[in-house]
Amino acid sequence: MPAIDVLYFAWIKEKIGVGQEQVSPPGTVKTVSDLLDWLADRSAGHRSALSDRARIRAALDQTHVPLDSPIEGAGEIAFFPPVTGGAS
Amino acid sequence: MIRVRQKPFDPGDEINAFCTHNANSGAIATFIGQVRDYVSSESGTGSVSELILEHYPGMTEKELARIADEAASRWSLDDTLVIHRFGPLTPSEAIVLVCTASAHRGDAFSACEFIMDWLKTSAPFWKKEVSPDGSEWVEARESDDHRAAEWNAK
Repeated sequence: MPAIDVLYFAWIKEKIGVGQEQVSPPGTVKTVSDLLDWLADRSAGHRSALSDRARIRAALDQTHVPLDSPIEGAGEIAFFPPVTGGAS
Repeated sequence: MIRVRQKPFDPGDEINAFCTHNANSGAIATFIGQVRDYVSSESGTGSVSELILEHYPGMTEKELARIADEAASRWSLDDTLVIHRFGPLTPSEAIVLVCTASAHRGDAFSACEFIMDWLKTSAPFWKKEVSPDGSEWVEARESDDHRAAEWNAK
């Protein structure tokens, strides 16, 4: 699989310690959820940030997607908590 | 028009310019979201000294444009303006401004509310409140998801 840019935001970024990294997962990583499993093994920070799936949202090439989406062909994948913009 | 910016803006100036620009529209609806001065968590009691808004450059603009396009497909709108800030903000500063222009008030009101409801659940912004007790990421609320979802039933 070609290299993918992975972006992290908010507390996920803080726990992992970087906002962006380039990764080349093996061919067995086929969905967003597979990628989360694979990334979690990279460090204790990754594991801590990515373990609670209910609090993680994803975007493929800047479009919201569910975690069971296939990642084939994606150049950029972002992981972030549920968004909290706007105002009350 | 969509504008995502770090610098403060004056909502009054923006609204006046929007009205002037849309002199042919009979109805202008506006919404201003501002930084409040108390922490939002149930455990928090302190006052907020600063709000830090992180965003996803590129996707933010795309999502806001998608929401504005969706509003334009649902209601009869002459014009739409969304301004959203990022970076450090202080209490009472405007975070977001939404303006909608239409021939009649119904479309302007509904579209303005719709844009805010969808923005809250899909535009990639994250708030961190800084208070004398420390700093904390603001948690998303389920009630916001429900408000956004209700528009699909209408």
